[in-house]
Order: sequence, then C-alpha cells, then structure tokens
Amino acid sequence: MLRLIGPGLIWMTLLLALPLQAAPTFPTLSGRVVDQAGLLTPTTQKELTTRLQQHEDSTGNQVVVVTLNSLQGDEIADYGYQLGRHWGIGQQGRDNGVLLIVAPNEHKVRIEVGYGLEGTLTDALSKNIIETIITPRFKQGDMEGGIREGALAILAAIEGTYTPQQRNRRDTSDGYNFFGSAVFLALIFGGVVRKYIGNRFLASVVMGGIAWLIGFLLFSMAIGFFAGIAVFLIGLLSAIGDGGGSGGLRGNRYYGSGYYGSGDSSGGSFSGGFSGGGGSFGGGGASGGW
Amino acid sequence: MSRQRLVSLLLGVFILPALTGCGINNIPTYDEAVKAAWSQVLNQYQRRADLVPNLVNTVKGFADQEKEVLTAVTEARAKVSQMTLSADILSNPQAFQAFQQNQGALSSALSRLMVVVERYPELKSNQNFLSLQSQLEGTENRIAVARRDYITAVQRYNTELRTIPGRWWAALLYPEMEQRENFRADESVMQTPEVNFQD
Repeated sequence: MLRLIGPGLIWMTLLLALPLQAAPTFPTLSGRVVDQAGLLTPTTQKELTTRLQQHEDSTGNQVVVVTLNSLQGDEIADYGYQLGRHWGIGQQGRDNGVLLIVAPNEHKVRIEVGYGLEGTLTDALSKNIIETIITPRFKQGDMEGGIREGALAILAAIEGTYTPQQRNRRDTSDGYNFFGSAVFLALIFGGVVRKYIGNRFLASVVMGGIAWLIGFLLFSMAIGFFAGIAVFLIGLLSAIGDGGGSGGLRGNRYYGSGYYGSGDSSGGSFSGGFSGGGGSFGGGGASGGW
Repeated sequence: MSRQRLVSLLLGVFILPALTGCGINNIPTYDEAVKAAWSQVLNQYQRRADLVPNLVNTVKGFADQEKEVLTAVTEARAKVSQMTLSADILSNPQAFQAFQQNQGALSSALSRLMVVVERYPELKSNQNFLSLQSQLEGTENRIAVARRDYITAVQRYNTELRTIPGRWWAALLYPEMEQRENFRADESVMQTPEVNFQD
C-alpha cells in the first residue's frame, strides 16, 4: 500500500508546488516609463520618456523605467528578468534591453540587463549606479531624483560616458554639500547685508563672518571656517547683492546635471505605441536596497 | 509517373505537413531546447569558476588569516573545474548528481567567504573587491535563471516523452530518446526528511 502512496504523494506535492512557481502578474507596458507606484511627476515622466526614446533612436537599445506596487513575494531579481521577458524589452536577437525596477514598498531597486548589453552595462557598473546614485537619494526620500538620475546614469553607462563613483567617498561629497549650503546661505544673507553696508570690504567681512557662523552652527568648525573665507573672497572679488549668486554652487556633484535637456520641448512626440522588440534576459545586472 | 511515386509524392505534400502539426517534431525540438538550456547552465557555472581565482587573491590581500575559508573555496573550485562532463550527463542520474553536488559545494564555500569578508571593512571598501562582489552576485543570479530555464525545458521535454501523442512518436521514431535529469533544490537549502516507503 505504501508503495503506491509514496510516489503519489511526491506527484501531489509537485503538482501543488507548480502553481506557486508560476509567473507573477505583470503591469502592462504602457510606455517607456511605467509608474505603477506613482513616484514620478508627469514632467519627469515626459523628460525620461524623451531621453529613453532618443537613446533608442540612436542605438536601438530599449531602456524602460518601471516602478512597482508589489513584487508579489518574489525576489526583485526573480521578478525582474521575468518582467523583462514578458514585455520582451530589447530587440529580438540582440537582447539589448534594460529595466530600471523600483519597488518602493519592498525598498528594493534593480537594474536588469539583457544578454546583449551585459558587456557594456556590467554587473559592477550597475551596482555602482545603484549604490552611488540611486540609493543615496532614495535614503533621503528623493525617489524621483534617484530614479531620474539612475536612468540617465544607465544611458550614460551604455553610451560609455559614465565614470563609476567611488562609494567610500560619499562622506566628503556630503561635506562639499554642507560647505556649499553654508556658502549659499551666507550669500543670501550677504545680499541683504550689502544693501545696508556700502563698503565692499566691510560687507565681505560681515558676510564671511555670517558664513562662518552658519557653517559652524549647522555643520562643523572646519566647514564654517572654510565657508567664511570663501564667502569673504567671493564678496571681495564680485559685486554680490546685485543679483542672486546661487548659480554654480549646486548640481556639479554628479556627472550629468546638464545631460538631460529640457524635456518639455519635445514632449508629446511620443505617446503610447511603445512595445518590446522581443528581447530576452538572463539575470544580468545588479540589485540593491535602501 | 508510377503509382508508387505518386503515393510518395502525396505523402510528401499532404501527410507530412499534417504530421508536423500533430507533434511529430516535438521531441527533437524540445530535446534541442534542453541542450541549449544546459549549455547556458554550464556557461554560467564556468563564468563563476573563472571569477573565483581573482576573488580569492583579492580577499587574500586583506584577510590572509581566513585560510580555512579560502582553501575551501579554492578546493571546491578545483573540483568543479576538474570534473569531466560525460556526454550522457543529462540522462545519467549519478553523473548529474555529482555535477550538482560539486557546484553546490562551491556555492556554499563562496557564500561562507562572503559572510567572512563582512568582518573586513577595508576589504569591503576596496573598489576591486566591490566590483568582483557585484560580478559574483550577478553570476549567481544568472546561474539561478539558467537553472530555471533548464528546469522548464526538461519539464516540457520529459512531459512530451511521457504523454500520449509524444509517447507514441517516441516509441515509433525516437526510441533512443531518454528522460532528462532535472535539478533539484539544493540539499543545503531544503532539508527534506528521508522517508523510506520500501517496507
């Protein structure tokens, strides 16, 4: 009797296990940016769509950004390659598709790379983009910025213009940011100060002092000190206060601030009509979390 | 035109296409898919094996005292690359299991190594190591995908061999085709209790 039950039990467990392994459900491919989780503003969606389309026009590579409400209990790596195959991102035979997948509820992000692009957008590069560009922004709650910069970094990496950022230098770059903020704040105050003090030298000294104080209070002694000197010099060398001096202080931390052209101009040229070219995925890329 | 030739012509024109529609070609087609999936599995395992020496050397530079783990990885890697893969590995349960065991040993040695390196912050901030680590992660993931594709391909092929139209075609035309071996979940991952139904 047991002889019969044994194999029967095995088959039954196999049969029961099958539906569990079945493919999860996937969102519909509504465009190059599929924002199921609602993390992106229409402007950003449009901007990204334009950039992604430009990239496909010039290289044939299909890059798709997707945000998901749920991974349905899967690992993001398992879900990712199945989604890529389901949509058929990339051209058939060339398998040159890339997915940037963001699952905000699971706090997971993945760059899924098709077979054909594994050589240029390597695992190491993908990981670098995730760890230095995407997750730091996600950690600060800047989902949109992380996705946008991440997608642009992916394009840059494929085009060969992305230089990997050093992961362990993030502290100093944060320092730069603090320094920049201190200078920035001081310049704003400086504008006011300059109105009341006619003498440029005196005004610069006062502004430098303010910068020092702000830097010291908000961040640290060293940052305050350098910010003070910087603002003093800027004050001396230029006529601040006549106009906002905020330009040039932000945005140069990453390779491509000027990289995404203003997307508004060419928006609308693409609406719907996007579909995968039949490319396939084999699990290349990298994942991360925040 | 003789009567016989007419018959064979008719056979060629009408009957053969009809036959392809009812699955006469399924077995060889699915068999080829299994072989392709298997090549992909081997390919990805090879990729992992190629990564190991570089990884071991990098870790050695920072954590030479972890000799035990490093040796385990090196030995497991040697075993994997010394394996001779017989042509019939896909239909030979012993050979297939040996293959799976050796690769599994390398997997667990590598994952132990990756746990150990957590203790070395200097190593963990080394760019070369970080790059190797992400490559290893990616390769493990590729292996998982390749294995799953292989499982699906074998499942389809084996089912075709065992179910009715395919079974008849096999008996009639492809008597040499055998069931293919499939991957099982790693023993280390899923400890299934040993149950003996024999008596």
